[in-house]
Amino acid sequence: MGAIRRFIFRRRGGDRWHWTDVVAWTWLILGLVLMLGPAIWLTLSSFKTRSALNEFPPTLLPLTTETRAVEGFDEPLELYRVTLEDGEERVLAQVRRVGIVAQMVDPDDPGERIEVPIADRVPVRTTELATENFTEPLERFAFLTFFYNSVFVTVMATVITLIVNSMAAFALSKYQFRGRGTVLIFILATLMVPLPVILVPIYVVINYLNLFDSLWGVILPTVATPTGVFLLRQYMLTIPDELIEAARMDKASEWKIYWRIILPLTAPALAVLAIFSVMWRWNDFLWPLVVLSQRELYTLQVGLNAFAGELNVQWHYVLAMTVLTMLPVVVIFVFLQRFITSGVATTGMK
Amino acid sequence: MTDETERPITSTPLASLRAAAFWPLRLVMNLIDRPLTWLQATFGQRAMIVFFLLPNMAIFGIFVMLPLVINVIYSFTGGSALFLDDRVGVGFEQYQTLFDCRDFTDPFSCRQDAFWAGVYNTLTFMLLQVPAVALTALVTALVLNREMRGRGFWRAIFFFPVLLSPVVVGLIWKWILERNGLLNALLNGLGLEGTVWLGDSFWAMFWAIFVSTWAHMGFYTLILLAGLQSIPRDLYEAADMDGTSRPRALLRITLPLLWPTMLVVLILALIRAVQIFDEVYVLTGGGPGTSTQMLVQYIYQTGFAALLRNLGLAAAASILMGLVLMVLTLLQLGIAARRSREVAG
Repeated sequence: MGAIRRFIFRRRGGDRWHWTDVVAWTWLILGLVLMLGPAIWLTLSSFKTRSALNEFPPTLLPLTTETRAVEGFDEPLELYRVTLEDGEERVLAQVRRVGIVAQMVDPDDPGERIEVPIADRVPVRTTELATENFTEPLERFAFLTFFYNSVFVTVMATVITLIVNSMAAFALSKYQFRGRGTVLIFILATLMVPLPVILVPIYVVINYLNLFDSLWGVILPTVATPTGVFLLRQYMLTIPDELIEAARMDKASEWKIYWRIILPLTAPALAVLAIFSVMWRWNDFLWPLVVLSQRELYTLQVGLNAFAGELNVQWHYVLAMTVLTMLPVVVIFVFLQRFITSGVATTGMK
Repeated sequence: MTDETERPITSTPLASLRAAAFWPLRLVMNLIDRPLTWLQATFGQRAMIVFFLLPNMAIFGIFVMLPLVINVIYSFTGGSALFLDDRVGVGFEQYQTLFDCRDFTDPFSCRQDAFWAGVYNTLTFMLLQVPAVALTALVTALVLNREMRGRGFWRAIFFFPVLLSPVVVGLIWKWILERNGLLNALLNGLGLEGTVWLGDSFWAMFWAIFVSTWAHMGFYTLILLAGLQSIPRDLYEAADMDGTSRPRALLRITLPLLWPTMLVVLILALIRAVQIFDEVYVLTGGGPGTSTQMLVQYIYQTGFAALLRNLGLAAAASILMGLVLMVLTLLQLGIAARRSREVAG
C-alpha cells in the first residue's frame, strides 16, 4: 500500500507538496471537468430518447424505462419494480396512474389489477441508445446535403488556398523585383480588414459576380489569406537558393521549379496551413449565413443553426446533429493534436 | 547499406498509393507547364513573377480592397437598390441616423437603438471578456509550464474547445443552460434554486462572456506557453540558489519577462472581442430583448436579416467598427515589429 501511495504521489523536486502544487492540480482537474465535460454531456445526451431528455433531474447515462407487451393491452406497458405491502418485491406493468395510485398488472397473469401507491414503485430501467436521433435527421432534414456542402466547401477552399498562397509566397521569397515591398505591405494591409467590416460590400461584389446562393460564393472570398502567405514565405526563405540555380542550369522552367522543387520542400508548412484551412472552413458561420439563402445549399453550421433556431426546438435531433458536426473536428484533433498545437504556438494564428 | 538507399522509392505500397493520389494534380501541373514555358521564353522571368502573384492579388483586390472602396461609397448612399449605379447619394445621412440620439448614454433615446445597444454590449463584453480570457489563459499557461507528466495531454484538454465551431459551442452550452438542463440539476442537487439562465439579461451576458472565454482560452494559453518557454532556465536556477521563494520568482522573473507576450494576447483578444458574433448569436440570439446583441449582429441584421434591409446603414456601422479595428491592428503590428527588432538586435 505504502509503495503504491509513494508511486502515485511521488513528484520531482522533493517529497513534500508545496501549496503551489495543490493549486496547480486543482486547476488541472477543474479544467478537465470544465473543458471536456460539456462535450461529453452533449454526446451522452444525444443518445437519449425524447422522453428521457425531458426528465428532470437528468440521468447521466441514456436510460429508458423498460416496456413489455402484455396480453389484452394494445400498447406495450412500462415495467416497475414494486414493493408490496407484505414486503415482497415484484416486477409489475403499469396500466395507468390515477393521482398517487398506480394501477398495475402482473405481466405474466394480466387478469388481476393491483393498486400500488406510486411512492412504492421504481421504474425498471436499462441503458438504451436512441440511435434514431441520428438516423432520422439523415433522412428527414437534408442533413446529408448539408454535410456534402460542407465537405465540398472545405475541400475546394483548402486546395485553392494552398495553391494560390504558395504561388504568391514563392514569388515573394525567391525573386528579387521592384515593388516586392509594396506587395508585402498590400498583403499585410488586408489583415486590417476582417470579414465583418466588409460584410455588406463583399455581398454586393458577390452579386455583381453572380455568385450569390452558390457554394463558390462561400469559397472564393477568403481563399487568399495573409497569414497563409506569410507562413509559407517564411518557410520558403529557408530553402537554399542553390537548389533553384541548379535547376535553372538544367533548363527547368520557373513553373517546374515551383512545383517540382519548392512545393515538395514546403510540405510541412503546407500541412499546417491545410489543417488550419480545413478547421476555418468547416467551422465558418457568418459568411455562409449571409451568402446562402436556399436551404439545399446550407453548410452544416448554417443548417444546424437554422434547425436549432426553429420555434419548437427538437433537442433530440439537434443534439445528435451537433455531435455529428463536431465529430470530424474531434477526429482530426485526436490524430493531429501535436501538429495543431505547435502550429498555433509558432504562427500565432487559429 | 547502399542497396537500401538505391531501391526506388515507389516500390513501397504507401508511396505508390501517394503517387496515385497525386496523379491528377501532376497531370494538370504538367499540362500547364507547356504554355507557361512559352510565356517565360517570350516575356521573360518578370511575366512569371506576375503570373505567380496574380491569383492572390486578384482575390485580395476583388474581395478585400474593392469592397473597402465600395463600403465607403455605400455608406454615403441610400435606398434599397443593391447595385451601386442604382443607389442615390445621401451624404452623411446614414451616419446622422446612427448618431441621432437625445442621450448617448441611453440606447433607447436613439433612433437606431439597436446600434447603440450593440455598441454598449460589445463594450461591456470587451471590458469583461478580455481580462477574463487573459487571466485564465495566464493561470493555465503557468500551470502547464510546470514540470509534470502528461503535459501534452493536459495541453490538449485545454486547447480542445478552440477547435469546436461557434455553432457547436453555442448549442453545447445552450443545452446545459436549459431550464431542465445540467446546470440547474447540479444546483438542485446542492439545494440551490436554478433559474432560466438565458432569459435574464444579466445572466445572459454573464454566460455569453463565460462561454466565449471557455471557447478561446486554449488559444491564448498556447501563445503564453510559448512565451514562458522562451524565458531562460538559468534565471530560475540563479533565483533558486539565492533562496527566492516560488511566488517571488513568479512576480519578479516570470511576469515581467512574459509581459510582451501578454500584450500580444491582450490585443489579439481585443480585436476578436470587437468582432464577437457567432457563438453569442447561437447561444442567446442577442436576447433577452437586445441585452446580448453585439455590434456585428446589428450589421448582420440591418443589412441582411431584417425585412426592410438597409445596406447603407449597415455599411456605415461597419465602417465605424472598421476604424476601431484598424487602430487595434496597427497597434498589434507595431508591437510585433518592435519585438522582432528586439529579437534581431
